[in-house]
Amino acid sequence: MISTVIAKFGDDISTDTIYPGRFMATVLPTETPQYAFIDEKELNAKLNSKQVPPNSVIVANNNFGCGSSREQAASTLKGWELIIVARNFARIFLQNSINLGLRTIICPTIEANEGDELEISETEIINKTSGKKFAIEPLPQARQAIIDAGGLIAYTKKKLLEKSKKN
Amino acid sequence: MGMTIVQKILAKATEQASVKVGDVVEPRVDVAMSHENAALVINQFLDVYSGTGLEPNVWDPSKIAIIFDHRVPAESSKTASNHKKIREFVTAQGITKFHDIRGDEGGICHQILPENGYIRPGYVVVGTDSHTTTHGALGAFSFGIGATEMASVWTLGTVLNVEVPGTIKVIINGELSEYVSPKDIILHLIGKISAQGANFKVIEFHGDTVKNMSTSGRLVLSNMSVEAGATAGIVPADEETLRYLREVAGVTDEIEFVLPDADAAYEQIVEIDASKLTSQIACPHTVDNVKPIEAVEGIKINQIVIGSCTNGRLDDLEIAANILRGKKVAHETRMLIFPASWKIYKEALNQGYIMDFISAGAVVMNPGCGCCLGVHQGALGDKEISLSTTNRNFKGRQGNPNADVYLCSPAVAAASAITGVITNPSKGVN
Repeated sequence: MISTVIAKFGDDISTDTIYPGRFMATVLPTETPQYAFIDEKELNAKLNSKQVPPNSVIVANNNFGCGSSREQAASTLKGWELIIVARNFARIFLQNSINLGLRTIICPTIEANEGDELEISETEIINKTSGKKFAIEPLPQARQAIIDAGGLIAYTKKKLLEKSKKN
Repeated sequence: MGMTIVQKILAKATEQASVKVGDVVEPRVDVAMSHENAALVINQFLDVYSGTGLEPNVWDPSKIAIIFDHRVPAESSKTASNHKKIREFVTAQGITKFHDIRGDEGGICHQILPENGYIRPGYVVVGTDSHTTTHGALGAFSFGIGATEMASVWTLGTVLNVEVPGTIKVIINGELSEYVSPKDIILHLIGKISAQGANFKVIEFHGDTVKNMSTSGRLVLSNMSVEAGATAGIVPADEETLRYLREVAGVTDEIEFVLPDADAAYEQIVEIDASKLTSQIACPHTVDNVKPIEAVEGIKINQIVIGSCTNGRLDDLEIAANILRGKKVAHETRMLIFPASWKIYKEALNQGYIMDFISAGAVVMNPGCGCCLGVHQGALGDKEISLSTTNRNFKGRQGNPNADVYLCSPAVAAASAITGVITNPSKGVN
C-alpha cells in the first residue's frame, strides 16, 4: 500500500493541538472530524476539503498525543481514516487509538516529509521518495489482541457474553 | 526480588502472589471516575451492550464516581444537554458518588475524590481524565483512560489487558526554602526527565521531603506526574496519609496500606535536592520547558490564574492570601482564582482569604476547571500572556493558540499579581 504524507510534526504534539479543549462538548465520532487540528489552519482546511484519501499519513517525532485523555483526539483522526506514524506515542492516546481502530504505527527512526510517498508493510516503512527503509516496532500482544478483535467495544462485548454465559 | 508499589497493587487486584513488569493483567477496579465526558462513556457503554440481548447495567454503581467540573455551570446548550443526559443515567443506574453543580458538595474531580474518602491506599483507580494520576498521592494506583476503556470498565469491573509498568524511583531530600513548594519540585522533575521521560512507567516518590509533605502537596506531585508521561505517580502511604483520610476525608473504616518491598527493582532512580531549588516556571508551549524563575523574571503578565486540580487547595489559597493581603493586583493585570472545591471555598471564606482576594482586586470564580482547558471563564486575547498555577501550557490551552501560558506555584502567581510581571516571591513581595 502506498500512502502520502499530508503533514509532518516534531515532538510532543499534544491533544490540545489535535483536538482543542473548547470542542470537547462534541463527542460523537461523526461530528469530531471537522475539528481535527483546527488551530493548524492549513491542515484542517486540507482535511475538510475532502481531497485527502483514506490511509493518508501524518508523521511525527516523539510523544505524539501527549496531554489529555480526551478520546476525541483519536476519533477525530479515525474519522478521516488517517494513519499516524510516530517515533513513539503518549500512552493514553495510543490506547485510545487502538481501542477505536485508528491506525497508529510506532516507527522509532522514521524520517519523512510532507508529500513523501510511503510504502507501509507489517514490519517496515519504505519511504519511496527518499529510498530509505525504517523498521516498525510491533505493538505489544495485549494491544494487538484488541485490534484483532475489531476494537475495544467488540472485545468487551465478547468478554461480556463469555461472562454472562458463565453466570 | 521484591515488588514495586504498582506490582504489589496489581498482584492484589488480580489475586496473585506476585506480578512481573510486562505481565498482562486484568485488575479489578475500586473506583471508576468520569466527569462531563461520561456523556461519551454512556454512548460507548450502550454500544457494548447493543445486540447482546442483555440489560445495560453498570457492574457496580457504588464504585462509579461522576463529578461535573470541566464546564460548570454549563457554558453552552450542548454541555447542558450532556449534563442532563448524565444526570438521567446516574439516576437510572443508581450511581451514588455523583457530584452535581452544587455549592455543598461540588468541585474538581481530583479534589472531590480524595476529600470525600473515595480513595484508599492500594486501590486501583481509573478515570477518564489524564490527571487521574493525582490519587496516587494516597498510595493508590490511579491512571487515566479514554471513554471507550471506561465503558469497558463499567461493563466488566476490570481493566482489560493492562501491562504491568516499570517504575522510576524519585527520591527527594532536603528542606524547601520559603515560598518554594511541591509545584516547584514537580516542575523541576519534569524539566529534568522531559515530557516523555516517564512514558508508560510509574513514578514512586520517596525521600524526607515527601515524608514531611502534607497530602495536599503530595497531590501536586502525583497530579503532574502525567506531564512527564507517567502512567501514575504514587506516594507510598504513611502516617500523613492516615491523618488525611481520618481527619480531612472522614474515613472511619479500616485502612490497609500496600507498600513497595525494600528490595523492589526500579528501572531508574532520580534524586532531587529540594533545598537547592528556587521557584520554577514552565515556559510556553511544553510543560518540560522549565526554567528557574531567575531566567524569566520581569515578563509582563495579562492574566494570573490560581486554581485547578494542581493548585487550588486551601494551602495554595492561604499562601496567596498571605502575599496579597492589603495589596492590589497590578493595573493591566487581571487575576482569577478558582478554589478546587466548594469545601475549600467555604474554608477560605471562614479564614478570610476570599475577602483578601476580592479586596486586592482578584475575581473569585466558582470551583471547577475554569479556564485551564480553554473552554470558558477566562480565555486569553491574541498575544496575551497568562501566568497560571494550572498544569498545562500547550499551545491553545487557555482558549487561544495565539497566546502564551507560563506555569508556576501559587506563591509566584500571587507575587506576580501585585507587580504585573513574573516576580520571585523569595526576593520580597513588598
